[in-house]
Amino acid sequence: MAEITEVPSPFCGIGTDDLTIQVDGVRLKVVKNGCTVNTPAFEQAITDIRPRVDGKEVGLDVAVTKAAALLKETNQPVIGGCATDVNGMRALLALADRSGAVVDNMSFTGARNNFLALQDSGWMNTTLAEVKNRCDLLLVVGVDLEGFSPRFFERYLWNEESMFLEDTGKREVIYLGKAPSGNASTSPSGQKASVFECANEDLPDVVAVLRALVKGNPIRVDSVSGIAVADLQAIADKLLAACYSVVTWAAGALAYAQAELTVQTISEMIKDINNQNTRSSGLPLGGKEGDQTANQVCGWTTGYPARTRFSSGYPEYDPFLNDTNLLLANGEADALVWVQAFDAKAVPPVTSLPTIVLGRSGMTFAKEPDVFIPVGTPGIDHAGHAYRMDSVVAIRLKKLRESGLPSTFDVLNAIEQAL
Amino acid sequence: MLIKLTGGAVYDPASGIDGAKQDIYIQDGRIVDQPVGDFKVDKECDLTGKVVMSGAIDMHTHIGGGKGNIARILLPEDHRADPVARTDITRSGCGHAMPSTFVTGYRYAEMGYTAGFEPAVLPVNARQAHMEMADIPILDKGGYVLMGSDDYLLRMLTAKKDQKAINDYVAWTMQAAKAIGVKVVNPGGISAFKFNQRKLDLDEQNSHYGVTPRDILRVLATAVKELGITHPLHVHGCNLGVPGNVDTTLDTIQGIGGLPMHLTHIQFHSYGTEGDFKFSSGAAAIAEAVNKNKNITIDVGQILFGQTVTASGDNMRQHANHKHASPNKWVTMDIECDAGCGVVPFKYKDKNFVNALQWAIGLETFLLVDDPWRIFLTTDHPNGAPFTSYPHLIRLLMDRSFRNEVLSTIHPEAQKMTTLASIEREYSLQEIAIMTRAGAARLIGLQDRGGLGAGNWADITVYTDNADRQKMFEKPDYVFKDGELVVVDGKVIHTKWGTTHVVKPDWDASVEKDLQKYFDRFMTMKLGNFKISDDEITEDGRGSLTVHPLKGDVA
Repeated sequence: MAEITEVPSPFCGIGTDDLTIQVDGVRLKVVKNGCTVNTPAFEQAITDIRPRVDGKEVGLDVAVTKAAALLKETNQPVIGGCATDVNGMRALLALADRSGAVVDNMSFTGARNNFLALQDSGWMNTTLAEVKNRCDLLLVVGVDLEGFSPRFFERYLWNEESMFLEDTGKREVIYLGKAPSGNASTSPSGQKASVFECANEDLPDVVAVLRALVKGNPIRVDSVSGIAVADLQAIADKLLAACYSVVTWAAGALAYAQAELTVQTISEMIKDINNQNTRSSGLPLGGKEGDQTANQVCGWTTGYPARTRFSSGYPEYDPFLNDTNLLLANGEADALVWVQAFDAKAVPPVTSLPTIVLGRSGMTFAKEPDVFIPVGTPGIDHAGHAYRMDSVVAIRLKKLRESGLPSTFDVLNAIEQAL
Repeated sequence: MLIKLTGGAVYDPASGIDGAKQDIYIQDGRIVDQPVGDFKVDKECDLTGKVVMSGAIDMHTHIGGGKGNIARILLPEDHRADPVARTDITRSGCGHAMPSTFVTGYRYAEMGYTAGFEPAVLPVNARQAHMEMADIPILDKGGYVLMGSDDYLLRMLTAKKDQKAINDYVAWTMQAAKAIGVKVVNPGGISAFKFNQRKLDLDEQNSHYGVTPRDILRVLATAVKELGITHPLHVHGCNLGVPGNVDTTLDTIQGIGGLPMHLTHIQFHSYGTEGDFKFSSGAAAIAEAVNKNKNITIDVGQILFGQTVTASGDNMRQHANHKHASPNKWVTMDIECDAGCGVVPFKYKDKNFVNALQWAIGLETFLLVDDPWRIFLTTDHPNGAPFTSYPHLIRLLMDRSFRNEVLSTIHPEAQKMTTLASIEREYSLQEIAIMTRAGAARLIGLQDRGGLGAGNWADITVYTDNADRQKMFEKPDYVFKDGELVVVDGKVIHTKWGTTHVVKPDWDASVEKDLQKYFDRFMTMKLGNFKISDDEITEDGRGSLTVHPLKGDVA
């Protein structure tokens, strides 16, 4: 039995890299610094080792040959999931380029709220170490932050020391929209976060009023979506009085139509604050299971984020039309490749089309795919790289055990070679 | 295999050859002397009437790292206008202002370039820089690690740590980030912006640390020199783009006290405040200072008219510049108590007075600096213009009548504010070869690159001589990379992977004791997870590391 320290996680999005993990053969046990997201993700047992074709166990070479044969027969394959490491995405994009596929990361519909705002007006953002050392006011919009990343507060807000704050316990936390599910946001000295609840669908109005107040525009109502304008005024005043406020949101949690406009309003508000002689920054949450990795690698390989098609021979980005579910529903695709190396529960959408799945060992299906190849999980079965939420830091994932499971890169590369 | 390139006119400043007809032999990827005795040539290229240079080296081009990828993702409309289809041997992608990685490699090679160096590798983002550059085919690459606004260094300066301790930290950072040089961007200014300072002059203190840009420049330039790093401290100075910054730049040159220093994209730092619009050229004063101070090297950062995107570590100045964003969307980031970045799309217009004068200032600088070994041809890709505009820029430098023709079309007030029309100089082929080959290799400290003498790697570009220098330089007849023919008639015919150039200066192991504590207290990663290992560059089977000697090393 071995114990591996300083293990980085690709699961929680906030780049925790202080886990201690016991390795007993292929069994893993998180013995230090686990959390409700990371511990089950690391500890999930290996079940399948062997690939299957039509439900029958076969060798990897047979599965690869079959996958290549299926792809040769297609005119418009779509590669969904796209949840893997940097090298896995490299191979995925090479295969898509060769086969004229659509590439679509499974979290893109949520992430699109950020990309549309970014590509229309931009933003001023920050990263986790700046939060840890500078943030004196954290405004959380529309997300249960500790549910999203259980260790966020412990690691980045209630850290004992910071370089630029005398007492990290005096930081202020304000929730707008969704209320926190627990007490992680309560400071070590017992100071609770202020919570101004509203339905997430009402955030467009609430955030618009907050931005107007930040700009000093008059508001002629007393309350908006159940929140008193006086309370929003107090938040605006605090944002303008803080030295380094941080506003955080999770694009995927803003699950309503045109939520990109909410992201845009938040981002423009942050710019407004920076024009009033103080600093403020955005901190979009994400980085789980390869979402930022997919967008980053697709970004440098094609110029576009990971909802891009290659059917014309060159990359074409469309954040709406290249949606896997839409393509399947409209009969615009004729094969599905599903790549999910992190999460056995993230199964492909059910379809009657020929389906090839590269999935984490243990994935179960309502309908057995034509080809299923269990692949190793980056950061457990093989080394690799994954981006955390800020898209700046690529963490170096470690190999923890000898499982014999191939990497996404190895399998997709072999399929591409076989084409 | 022995390849013979026969009868070309060779421009090889590294060997002092200026257009002489000479045969070149290639074996096992390197240039060799003509074999003695009987020998068989496996492949011969008749280069009669052709011009032969070594592969060009771009010593300052933003080709790898986070801000470049933000620039890509920010501009889908720019990509849509320049889609690049896949072929049997090349990958698809996009071009124009900030091309995809694969297209970056192809288009550089198709212009005769065989190496490019990313000048702003943030230590915390160095993995990304190397991963992106690992996906750039054909080219060799390398990076200068960005320091000077990192809180660790600023804390050291406040704590009055001695130069030896700073040297150790610089060496450690270079190895952790796999760099070949050290860059500083708006020294201390990126940090100051996080404390809400909106400008920082050379002698202005960072409000938290009490440290000035001048202090930072001095300790970093000293560290680079004492560590024996060949490439001088690579400096993006204070006050980028601010009218009147020519004085800051001159003061920076004087203040470095004779230490080697490279001032990058100096065009953006050469502005006076004269004239009706309070914006004038400081190029003559800058050129005079460069000519006088032999410790100084520069690259120009020429702007050329059209749409591009600016991507810089200088979040302070980029935030100020966002008012000029075109289209109006922009990004700044504060990054990991390490650095920052700012991405602002720009459309330089010849009918805009400021843009027109910026164009003239860059060209004045090229033409007024005497020594081509100390000035380098850059557009600060993509900040002044995309790298694909180099052939046009070369024509502006080599062809006075063409230059004056363009000059006559720019904003009339800008024409009055530049001496360009009166400058007669035209660059020679040999001078172009110095700026883009031999000089660049010497400046970066690349062993066995940038020359055509025996022993050099066979990175070779062959052009057809043409009075239209733009046509000549945009479409080489042949390009060899490490002895392999990769481009014919300006098109990639074969791809391969280049190497990553680094240096490995020594550091005292005790430096990690303090760093360990700092990482555990204030950073978000473990020290051990921060450092990039060699196998991260090489494990995919495509990448390799080439370690260059330090000054004082016995080769």
